Amino acid sequence: MTPATRLVLSNLWVAITAFALGAMMAVMQAVSRTGVQVPFGSARMYYLSVTAHGVLEALVFTTFFIMAIGYLVAETTLGRVVGMAWAWAGFWAALVGTVITTLAILSGTSTVLYTFYPPLLAHPAFYVGATLLVVGSWVWCGVMIGSFRAWRKANPGAPVPLPMHGMMTTVIIWILATTGLAVEVLVLILPWSFGLVPRIDPIIARTYFWWFGHPLTYFWLLPAYVLWYTVIPRVAGGKLFSDALTRVVFVQFILFSTPVGLHHQFTDPGIASGWKLVHTFTTYAIMFPSLITAFTVIASLENAGRARGGTGLFGWIPRLPWRDPFFASVALSMVTFALGGFGGAINAAYAMNAMVHNTAWIQGHFHLTVGTAVALTFMGFTYWVLPRLTGRAIVWPRVAMVQPYLWFVGMQFFSIPNHIVGLMGMPRRVYTGEYQDVAAAQSWIPFTNLSAIGGVILFVSAMCYVGTILMTMLVSPRGEMAPIEYAEPMSPPEPGPSIWDRLGLWTAVAAVLILIVYGPPLYHLHTMARFPSLGFSPF
Amino acid sequence: MHVDRYERYWMWAASGMLALFLGAIVLTAVSGSAHPPSHVETVNPDTLSAAGEFATPGVTVGPDGGVTVVMRAEFYVFRPEVIRVPAGTPVTFRITSPDVLHGFMIVGTNVNLTVAPGYVSEVTTTFARPGEYLVVCNEYCGLAHHLMQGKVIVEGAP
Repeated sequence: MTPATRLVLSNLWVAITAFALGAMMAVMQAVSRTGVQVPFGSARMYYLSVTAHGVLEALVFTTFFIMAIGYLVAETTLGRVVGMAWAWAGFWAALVGTVITTLAILSGTSTVLYTFYPPLLAHPAFYVGATLLVVGSWVWCGVMIGSFRAWRKANPGAPVPLPMHGMMTTVIIWILATTGLAVEVLVLILPWSFGLVPRIDPIIARTYFWWFGHPLTYFWLLPAYVLWYTVIPRVAGGKLFSDALTRVVFVQFILFSTPVGLHHQFTDPGIASGWKLVHTFTTYAIMFPSLITAFTVIASLENAGRARGGTGLFGWIPRLPWRDPFFASVALSMVTFALGGFGGAINAAYAMNAMVHNTAWIQGHFHLTVGTAVALTFMGFTYWVLPRLTGRAIVWPRVAMVQPYLWFVGMQFFSIPNHIVGLMGMPRRVYTGEYQDVAAAQSWIPFTNLSAIGGVILFVSAMCYVGTILMTMLVSPRGEMAPIEYAEPMSPPEPGPSIWDRLGLWTAVAAVLILIVYGPPLYHLHTMARFPSLGFSPF
Repeated sequence: MHVDRYERYWMWAASGMLALFLGAIVLTAVSGSAHPPSHVETVNPDTLSAAGEFATPGVTVGPDGGVTVVMRAEFYVFRPEVIRVPAGTPVTFRITSPDVLHGFMIVGTNVNLTVAPGYVSEVTTTFARPGEYLVVCNEYCGLAHHLMQGKVIVEGAP
């Protein structure tokens, strides 16, 4: 086992542990609105566990998993990870931070949900731990950039290996995104939570949060895209349709993932509508690279299906390896992501947003996107990568085969009713939707019951996944290790580094875009007459 | 850079789709004034109940017949909890909070506001149909978040 492999596995273990803990809490939340009595069922436990579920799944599971993918890609495409000592320091910082934040949540002193909107005030340990997690991820960014630069110095003029190109865009998006978070937490929240500053402005804090919060979703998504583009065509038995256009897509994500956060604040006071319209445009712009992704990945799969003997307009589809858990995970992720994408277009629509903002629609939406497109891709990836890293074959291959389908079915049961009941006006993040038996609230009940069934199916799927992975590592004997190989493009990359490989340039353009779309509204918020708020801990 | 013919078609199709979406948004924004609620006005959250319009929340009818509803959203209640407004008349809601963020959503309509301490949220709407509408808080505000509710009773046009 190489030193980098140990690093990759350690990050994976933290990710999978966080996923398992978060999944166990989720099932209780899913059934709480059916009126079925569950152990520990109380409003206090509900909001506490919603906080834990959000932090563990959306922040911890994703971040550690992405760090693992990053180190793996750097090691396999560049030849080495430069700065292993730093990489381990970052890992431990992130892990200690995660433990501190989790304990702060479980102690009941930090039930502020994972969005932690001030003036809700958590225990300072909650913010300190989260900061450490982010600092750990910054060290990861530094190691990735260092490894990349060392490779570039040794290989002047060579095109950047495509998987690494995608991971570097992920790194850049994370740096751009967490700049907003750093301002929010280091400048506004930490001094306030320690009592050094008495007051905080909720709208300014929200604006910095969403500067971070939307690109965060692309930080989750891009590593999944990297796997869709550069691994899945090979798993399916084909080639990547276009190398050149893939680079264009990654660069477009650098440009358009950050200047979009105000679409989360469409119902906020204090921000003029013109700036919200600007963010509508940039949000729609980012649908473009996602639409190209849909084309390129499906074209690659068609190529694979035809290479396996499929003919006719759709005859290539049944030829694809639907029994391979990684392939099935990604294919089902893509179907689900298409549904989630159209829902997202409604969330980001300037005026239509008011129909769905903060309703159950939103939890339906992001369980399709991050909860499936990202999480299911990552789960499937584990089945593919673990045997290649450790030489251990997956135990219970039948469980692994069924698990992605179970997740897919469970997620449709969970999310579609949530979308419907959201349109009917049910708010998200509520312990019960009963509202003293008002007729409107009564009509929500059949849908919340359906989504609870989905939640139970998802829980079974999650436990199948965790159990299979755990048993693989514990009992499966070590054997031959298959190599980690990426898909070849149908047409090779341009011989020299193209304009799309000049990542520094694109980062600078992205920074200018951020300045244009956030500068004026933030300037206005900071200079108007304001009455910041004291902290409140109503939990 | 080599771009396949079908890729190019798809990119045109994607661009056309986005242009259509954005065109529809801009059209309704310009012609129908379909904007998100974006009122910019600040207020001191510490003195809300001492003085000013938010000390006496309620429904008032202006000289032009326009109806204004002044409200406070605070830990687990909307004040006032029951609002009576006429149908077919523009109604302006003005809401703020003395404590944390709350949501103000009138179920079955597109009235949906984030209520923040220090800021006044405002939206104007016209209820076409008389009836009783449930009001819920849709921004997590604490342990009894799910109990925070109100009622808008829209009465037949006078």
